[in-house]
Amino acid sequence: MNKQPTPSPAPSVPNRDIKTIVNAGLKRRHAAERRFRWYGLIAISLGLAFVALMFVNIIGKGYPAFWQTYVQIPIKFDPEVIDPDGKRDPQALANADYAALVRVGMRQLFPNVQGRLELRALYGLVSSDAAHELQDRVLQNPALLGAEQEIWLLTSATVDTLVKGNIDRALDESERPIKDNQIEWVDKLQATGKIEKKFNAILFRNGDSREPEQAGIRGALVGSFYTLLVTFLLSFPIGVATAVYLEEFAPKNRWTDLIEVNINNLAAVPSIVFGLLGLAVFINFFGLPRSAPLVGGLVLSLMTLPVIIIAGRAALTSVPPSIREAALGMGASKLQMVGHHVLPLAMPGMLTGSIIGMARALGESAPLLMIGMVAFIVDVPKSFLDPATVLPVQIYLWSDLPERAFVERTSAAIMVLLAFMILMNALAIVLRKRFERRW
Amino acid sequence: MQSFLLLTLILLSAGAYSLGRHRAFAVAGGHIRNLHSLPSFYGSYAALWCGLPALLVFAVWATLQPNVIIDLVVAGLPPELRNLPPDRLNLVVNDLKNLVSGNIVSSTPNSAMLEAANHYRNLRVIGNASLWIVVLTLAIAGVTYAWRAISPTLRARNRVEQVVNLFLIVSSTVAIFTTVGIVLSVVFESILFFRQIPITEFLFGLQWSPQTALRVDQVGSSGAFGSVPLFAGTLLISGIAMLVAVPIGLMSALFLSEYATPRFRAVAKPALEILAGIPTVVYGFFAALTVAPLIREIGTALGLHVASESALAAGLVMGIMIIPFVSSLSDDVINAVPQSMRDGSYALGATRSETIKRVLLPAALPGIVGSILLAVSRAIGETMIVVMAAGLSANLTANPLEAVTTVTVQIVTLLTGDQEFDSPKTLAAFALGLMLFVVTLILNIIALHVVRKYREQYE
Repeated sequence: MNKQPTPSPAPSVPNRDIKTIVNAGLKRRHAAERRFRWYGLIAISLGLAFVALMFVNIIGKGYPAFWQTYVQIPIKFDPEVIDPDGKRDPQALANADYAALVRVGMRQLFPNVQGRLELRALYGLVSSDAAHELQDRVLQNPALLGAEQEIWLLTSATVDTLVKGNIDRALDESERPIKDNQIEWVDKLQATGKIEKKFNAILFRNGDSREPEQAGIRGALVGSFYTLLVTFLLSFPIGVATAVYLEEFAPKNRWTDLIEVNINNLAAVPSIVFGLLGLAVFINFFGLPRSAPLVGGLVLSLMTLPVIIIAGRAALTSVPPSIREAALGMGASKLQMVGHHVLPLAMPGMLTGSIIGMARALGESAPLLMIGMVAFIVDVPKSFLDPATVLPVQIYLWSDLPERAFVERTSAAIMVLLAFMILMNALAIVLRKRFERRW
Repeated sequence: MQSFLLLTLILLSAGAYSLGRHRAFAVAGGHIRNLHSLPSFYGSYAALWCGLPALLVFAVWATLQPNVIIDLVVAGLPPELRNLPPDRLNLVVNDLKNLVSGNIVSSTPNSAMLEAANHYRNLRVIGNASLWIVVLTLAIAGVTYAWRAISPTLRARNRVEQVVNLFLIVSSTVAIFTTVGIVLSVVFESILFFRQIPITEFLFGLQWSPQTALRVDQVGSSGAFGSVPLFAGTLLISGIAMLVAVPIGLMSALFLSEYATPRFRAVAKPALEILAGIPTVVYGFFAALTVAPLIREIGTALGLHVASESALAAGLVMGIMIIPFVSSLSDDVINAVPQSMRDGSYALGATRSETIKRVLLPAALPGIVGSILLAVSRAIGETMIVVMAAGLSANLTANPLEAVTTVTVQIVTLLTGDQEFDSPKTLAAFALGLMLFVVTLILNIIALHVVRKYREQYE
């Protein structure tokens, strides 16, 4: 029997023809290849362009807010106005009419201005903060009484906006926030060098205010600090303990499975739902005060916990089992093995994860709206129970206000927030680079 | 006052630690080998006995004391004040608290109020003093007990480790309690809500205007609680977001994993992920002040009517926010496809794009679908962008140029500001929260399931 297979029949198309068929399609296929590549490049450039656009947009809007316009006014600390009794009683000094001094100074600068309306427009160039400034100076140094000084005082927000070139002078007077005669005076002051832009320390020194030129982020920064402190103090120990328990001690059973499923789900629950939890449980059930950094920290720590646990578990699994076996072999108890050997080795990874979680908590605002941290609060909080707001919520509050000066300040506050976040992420990267060990 | 007590307690525990150590040395006659555990464990044993019971009592006391004092003070008020309706009584209590802490009081205090305030102050002083006494007594009793218990045969290490173990277990249950807390708080309030508004109206009603009438004869405040327009608005905005995020995110992921040089990838990938790290309030600001006016201008130039809080603006910016979620999740999935499959395709003469379209994408499809679902759940739950850039009025429309509102926007508007806690208006927020929680939970479970099932295929 001939077991030789019959030779396969010759291909119906000769070799040469396959080549022509392939070659004929090659041009089209290469064109498609190039197109596809371009789509990819366009997509990624779009993504990167958005990043760049946002940063340029916000920095462009925000950087002028770091400068503020001041006007130099001759102030005569008239004892007749400040202290008519001549007793130098601090109470009397505090209650004196300092705005009158400012008004006198302004009239001295523009002696020709007459009439009530005109004068009121003139006084409107200076912020109401100017009187406080003079009061502070006198209270600190009562010897100023009777002296005459040229003092740089804060201008109103509209003057500031004009000087920064954000008011269109071509508009009709009725459509501008600033009147023609005011513009004239400002120009005159500028020509004589009596108006100057100085570094805006108020932004970092004051709490919130209805007057844009006096509003600052100090209160929000301190509130953020307290809130994050509570968040860290609660979520870091609990997160590390949970990660250690689940990785090193937990038996593999239904209960630990349930815990794991819970953690994974919590990581994906919308942040606003945590706010509802905080409102219903911490405020209505436990009766904790509204707007308090303590409650905000509690809510944020529940949100941050899954992040820290997941990062902590990843850090623990990356520690090789040989370390554990060596420790146990030397007679260490399981807890000693974890505490003396595994945990120190996993700590950099855990800290990195926690810092990233804290950075996220710093930028979070939705759940804090639920627990009343959106109130208008002027005072800088002094404890964990004082009403407070946080930086992102301050941004939200300011973004609602129509004045151009507030838009500027909102952008500036965003810049500060982003700076903190970049700082925290950089710290995490440095930690990882510096202490990460490859096994 | 209370933090000072806490500090004292910590110092006492530190003292107890060194006391326990010394005691262990003493009972062992100076030879550690006679002891069951290391001396430091005896120290920790003493410290735990000193600190833990006292701390527990302190925590319980500190949470209960304010309410107990209020109850006592209210009980001591003259009957005409005590029998006020609860909300008026609350005002009186608030006035009292302000009076005690020396703040400005809304009404001039009368003699009864002043007396009550004094009563309040006295009770608080008594409460704080007895707290100190109880806590310090407990701490000292604990140290004494530990002092007597320490002997060479005491298994201090095991006892201490038991406590630490307990701490670990309790910590790991926090996640469960959080979930339970979320579910209970939303479900409980939702049940109250559904008692007043039928659940069918909430689920299928087409009208949403949560203003409830203060008076019976008031005009224009019907109080309709049909959530369909809210979900339609949420879907519209999320849909626009996905239209932006999915193509850009997916193509970026494909480009980065298949075409880009390692150096380009090392720069571009983290740069793209910056988008994920930017706080959402920043996106909201960007959407409301830059994108929305821009879209409005373009629309007006084209002769279209564009609402100033159009769904398009919010959706676009939300899409930008979600790009990195889609791209990094799909990047993981694409990288998980084995290299051998790519090599096989190249060996057959396919170009790169053909390999991607015919081999990679079909193989990675379940994972990509999972990552898109995760992104959708993110979009639905996103709050700040829509609060700042989307509208407040509930329109049932599919036109992206009109203003729509979303579930999260309504939750925020219903719950910020002053509120009483039993009106359907505030309870509606919790019902919406329940729906939001359920929808995102289902999306996440499906997504995780799809991703996990797919991963097993190649491992």
